[in-house]
Amino acid sequence: MVVTTLKTRIGIIAVAIVASVIALIPRAQTLRVVDSETKQVKDIQEKRVPLKLGLDLQGGMHLGLELDQSKRVSADPAKDIDLALTVLRKRIDEFGTQEPVIQKQGDDRIVVELAGVTDPERAREIVQRSAFLEFRITDRSEALDKALPAMDRTLQRLGVKAPTGAAPVTPSAVTQLLQGDTSKKQPIGKDSAVARDTTPVLGGVLSSLIQPASTAGFQLFPGEYLVEKGAVPLVDSLLRIPEVAALFPRRFEYRWSANDVSIGAKAYQLLYVLEDRPIVTGSSLVDAKEDIDPLTSGPIVTFELDRKGARDFGEGTGKNVGNYMAIILDDKVQGRPPVIQERIERRGQITLSGKTFQEARDLALTLRAGALPVPLKIVEQGQVGASLGADSIRGGILAGLVGTLLVVLIMAGIYRVSGMLAVGALGLYILFSLGLLSMLGATLTLPGLAGLILSVGIAVDANVLIFERIREELALGKTVRLSIDEGFRHAMNAIVDSNVTTVMTALFLFQFGTGPVKGFAVTLTIGVLASMVTAVFVTRTFYMIWLDKQPTMQTLSI
Amino acid sequence: MIRFFANANYDFIGVRKYAYAVTGFLFALSLFALAAWRLNYSIEFTGGTLVQFKVDPSVQVDVAQLRGALDRAGVPGSEIQAFREPGSYTIRARTAKAGADADNTQTTAAAVSSALDQTVGQGKYRLDRSGAVGPKVGGELRTKALLAIFYSFLAVLAYLAYRFEWRFGLAAIVATAHDIILTIGFIALMRLEVSLVVVGAVLSMVGYSLNDTIIIFDRVRENLHKYKRDHFADILNRSVNETLPRSILTHGTTLATLTSLAVFGGEVIRPFALVMFFGVFTGTFSSIYIASPVLMWIEHKWPGAEARGVKQAARAAGAGEKREPVGAKG
Repeated sequence: MVVTTLKTRIGIIAVAIVASVIALIPRAQTLRVVDSETKQVKDIQEKRVPLKLGLDLQGGMHLGLELDQSKRVSADPAKDIDLALTVLRKRIDEFGTQEPVIQKQGDDRIVVELAGVTDPERAREIVQRSAFLEFRITDRSEALDKALPAMDRTLQRLGVKAPTGAAPVTPSAVTQLLQGDTSKKQPIGKDSAVARDTTPVLGGVLSSLIQPASTAGFQLFPGEYLVEKGAVPLVDSLLRIPEVAALFPRRFEYRWSANDVSIGAKAYQLLYVLEDRPIVTGSSLVDAKEDIDPLTSGPIVTFELDRKGARDFGEGTGKNVGNYMAIILDDKVQGRPPVIQERIERRGQITLSGKTFQEARDLALTLRAGALPVPLKIVEQGQVGASLGADSIRGGILAGLVGTLLVVLIMAGIYRVSGMLAVGALGLYILFSLGLLSMLGATLTLPGLAGLILSVGIAVDANVLIFERIREELALGKTVRLSIDEGFRHAMNAIVDSNVTTVMTALFLFQFGTGPVKGFAVTLTIGVLASMVTAVFVTRTFYMIWLDKQPTMQTLSI
Repeated sequence: MIRFFANANYDFIGVRKYAYAVTGFLFALSLFALAAWRLNYSIEFTGGTLVQFKVDPSVQVDVAQLRGALDRAGVPGSEIQAFREPGSYTIRARTAKAGADADNTQTTAAAVSSALDQTVGQGKYRLDRSGAVGPKVGGELRTKALLAIFYSFLAVLAYLAYRFEWRFGLAAIVATAHDIILTIGFIALMRLEVSLVVVGAVLSMVGYSLNDTIIIFDRVRENLHKYKRDHFADILNRSVNETLPRSILTHGTTLATLTSLAVFGGEVIRPFALVMFFGVFTGTFSSIYIASPVLMWIEHKWPGAEARGVKQAARAAGAGEKREPVGAKG
């Protein structure tokens, strides 16, 4: 032992105890929560024990996200994932959750951990929404009406060839056809599906599905078309057939409405023909806020553009006074396009029909944080209810208390006074472990809690090794003082070797593990180190104090 | 003074043949269990969707209803497990919703919750735990788990080679491999689900078993220097006997905490406690009956500097089990 004087030893132990206690004293922490009344994110102060709890103990959700390249292929995945990470950080920071974890895992995955989330659906929405905003002018020239006959002719020509299966209808388009057609539930083969669904209306399939004429009392704006909701996937897939797409009016694109329109008993979706160039996009946005429209008292989002954005917007709207402007979010037209009354520059607003105020706030939040470069897909998700987490903590604490009590009984029963010294050391071991966990900012997970409890049983191993060694030395007829010295010295090798290997396995566990298992590895490592220190150093000091008090001890209670 | 097995003098090495028979039987049992039931991997490894929920007492629902709804929602063949606590269920869907991108877990998760909304009713159940893992993520995790075990083997071998000698390291690894195989057999036999927590338990068991082996080997190393003229087998026996009181006590305290965990720790922790519980026994067994004889065999095969007396010892040990007790104290 390097440290020999009793005073120094007691001093070191005292410092360790004080440090651990300080690390564990409940202290005020700043928590970012959502106010239940105003629904605003705010920071509050709360006193709590500074131990980080894993999602499995306090409840919450985790998401594993990857780039979803099925719709838009990323040109530079490495850059896009970093960009997405930044955007998600900004969004979640405003979402209002305690100590969110947002980190990259490997090269292509983002892991998001949100503790205490009560509405996982909303959290998912915020994380996944692309939030790509753009403004486009709708077509006034009836370009689609003019192109429809040619498109229908092409379809007819293709339709004749289609039944052989050689038609350029992609498999995904066909599955969309099937899903979209709600009247036919029974599974039918791909080829016959095309034939059955399209042949009877080949006279003018697109013209009949896209209804440019006003439908009983519904006033259509220029560039706006009604399509029955059930037929939307069909129309969409038809318009994507390359030969048909080639006939689509040049310098125009089409988009679908975000909301349905019901006329009579039928639901429709609106098809918009829009200029292919947006006059401004969300990348020029500097601020967005949720608000309430004083006229309709519906939710709106007001936004503010940066300088260049304002110039573009002013130019675009100035040229198009009297035209209609579609507001497109994630490729869906929001509400019905308003008429441009006058030149608009810095500020504007988006009216959200049929949405809640909550949704307006989430939209403003995602707009402020910026758009995701590429949509994200959830490759892994998990959710633990707060009540299950609380049950786990309760069970863990009970198991820990009972387990510790059993260990105390065994040690005191077998080693008597020496055993009590070991129990004292064990108490300090538990204190030091928790203190270290808190100081290192490690997260206590459910497996970690189990590891900690298990380690109480294993932690006495070092003491057992030492005590057995002392007994052997005593049996050889050595004096008490010498036996204790030799016992500690001889047990050292075994203690160090066995603990080093345990720490090594724990390190590999840390390397491969995700969340909870990582927590377990950390707790195990901390447990092993703390148990070594307490068994070797603390118990030794206890013995020294004891011998100091009774220098003439002839028999040792062991 | 209460002492268990103090001055014990059992001929562990002498009866190793019986121990091999026990091991052989347990191996056969493990293989049988593995062949009969296979390992039941959790969705973390296979990919899939898990939902654990508790139904509001006012709602009547049974497994058949749930199954029907899941079949209609496009996730047929899901496992539905009812807990002891009434109204508590777990649904495990191993496959993705038909036609959906399997790595995009959202569609399947949504299908399961819509099936729940239909049968139980929206807001009529409390979601305790849910998870969805794409097969890609699951596959990665499986690879990582195997790599973790493999690399930890290499690292331990290297450490033991440095601290002791490579012969000791190899013997310890053989004993540990024995433990892992038997534990996996135990998991199959008990039909436990192989989750991350269980893999964690297997790795902790590895650490614990190694720990036990090292304590004995440490004694062996010491006794090799102390009793320079003794046979290797005698030294092994003496070392096992000398460390016996420690083994009994440490295993005792460990089993005490594990029992407490299994009883009070809750559903998630119970498999961990069970696997570790078994691990304590197999770890103890392998330290005595696998690690030590294997070390002797290695010394016999590739005699090292310390290998004095190995040949005679092996011959003596092979001559008959009813050999005179060795390594008596004093």
